[in-house]
Amino acid sequence: MIALSVNNLRAGYDPDLAIVKGVSFDVNKGEALCILGPNGAGKSTLIKAMAGLVPSFGGTVRLGPRDVTGLTPHLLVRSGLGFVPQTDNIFTRLTIRENLQIASQLVARSERQRRIDAMLAMFPDLGERPGELAGALSGGQRQMLAAARALLTEPDVLILDEPSAGLSPKLVGQVFDTLRRISEAGVTLVLVEQNVRAALALTPRALVLVDGHLAHDGPSNALHDGALLGELFLGRRGAEQPA
Amino acid sequence: MNPQALIDGLIAGSTIGLGAIGLTLAYSILRFANFTHGDFLAWGAYLTLTLFGLLGGLSAGLGAPVHPFSFGWGLPLAMLGGAALTVLLALGLDRILFGRLRARGADVIIIVMASFGASMALRSLLEFIFTAKPVYFTNALQIAQPLGLGMRATPDQLLVIGLTAVLVAGLHLLLTRSATGRAMRAVSENPDLAGVYGINVAQVIRMTWIIGAGLACVAGVMAGLLVQIRPYMGFDLLLPLFAATILGGIGSIPGAMLGGLIIGLAEAFAVQIIGAEWRAAVSFIILVLVLMLRPQGLFGQRGA
Repeated sequence: MIALSVNNLRAGYDPDLAIVKGVSFDVNKGEALCILGPNGAGKSTLIKAMAGLVPSFGGTVRLGPRDVTGLTPHLLVRSGLGFVPQTDNIFTRLTIRENLQIASQLVARSERQRRIDAMLAMFPDLGERPGELAGALSGGQRQMLAAARALLTEPDVLILDEPSAGLSPKLVGQVFDTLRRISEAGVTLVLVEQNVRAALALTPRALVLVDGHLAHDGPSNALHDGALLGELFLGRRGAEQPA
Repeated sequence: MNPQALIDGLIAGSTIGLGAIGLTLAYSILRFANFTHGDFLAWGAYLTLTLFGLLGGLSAGLGAPVHPFSFGWGLPLAMLGGAALTVLLALGLDRILFGRLRARGADVIIIVMASFGASMALRSLLEFIFTAKPVYFTNALQIAQPLGLGMRATPDQLLVIGLTAVLVAGLHLLLTRSATGRAMRAVSENPDLAGVYGINVAQVIRMTWIIGAGLACVAGVMAGLLVQIRPYMGFDLLLPLFAATILGGIGSIPGAMLGGLIIGLAEAFAVQIIGAEWRAAVSFIILVLVLMLRPQGLFGQRGA
């Protein structure tokens, strides 16, 4: 069953200078995939367009059977898409609990407290101090709060933009452990990541984006060979060539 | 020094603080300095005055003063109606002007200039409709009652201070304890992220106008009740309002209120120390000092 379908999506900040140039792929329910590519390939723009934060100029995005192309971010969240931006992904002037309370407004009133408690239990670092300002959290804890916020609404698809960016190796390990648990819980996961090795180890499937085009879509283990990945990143292999 | 300046400052500070709260909300959530805010005060006062007159015409009992105040039940009723109409004015202005500029991604300076132009238009329209001649909610004379320590105040003045305290406390609770308040604080910090959290940012912007314009109307009525109603009353308050907003820290409700009280007290004491002709300069001096020494204000955060 397809959870997310992107069809010939064109997106960017200027219609004459599209950054994402006609990308198509499907994600099955419960599947985890990563999107890799060199800097400037359009990875973040692609997922921001899927999340309604960057305008799309053509193509469609579907969540399950529903066409959600062009919806504003808050309507996309209500449609079942969770998005965790790379940076500035929590409200630092609000407490940990308040961050979760805001997200909980999307679920039934009777469910809210249970879901907040569940998230605080899932992430003990947060559960120990829910009244603390989120701005006081470390980088890894911030990523956990961002993930907890997105998971609280039980999204059909969770998209994360470089969750390990700027983190120490120890914290990267913590974040990927968290993502592994999320994926094992059956959440459909789409991940943009610069940490190629960690991303390929986490997700069974990988896309490679080069200059706004999809250059590879296949099993992650096909990319463990660094040479192939290098060729894809350098644009020496395109989507039309067998990867 | 005459201790009466303390009461005078608190009274003036109440009006300034209440007006500054709307300004600071608009500044932090809509992200521009809204010059029309002063005109919302004036429009609120005139709309309330018009409704007060209509209510008094319908029922003499509503216009008759209720002891110990100088006005009757008609004024608070008219103020509710005036606040609703001021809110409609603000929402209408956002729909036809500011909202369109936001949708086009206009630079902040363009939106500020638009608000400056809209402010002049609103003020001129008020003068055209009501003329520049000062008007009053009531002609009843009130005798200031002794409060002790050499201070005196009229019942109307004490009511203004009390009403301000209630409104500020209520608004503080709304912003800190309710889902609406959390959403407003979230949009104030990061509107893009707020959308990703599922917050309807357009709805938060509407709520900001509703609260800001409603409070502006109340502040205008207070100023009109204690002094007089003129088309330029809001314009004349703009500098103290901005000074209070920046002194308190952009986005801080307690800060705006405290900033208003400090500005009001500073003006009142300045009148006693250096003369009434310097009163208007006080806000400007405080504004410049804050921008130079502590640009984030008393309760604001750096970069906010």
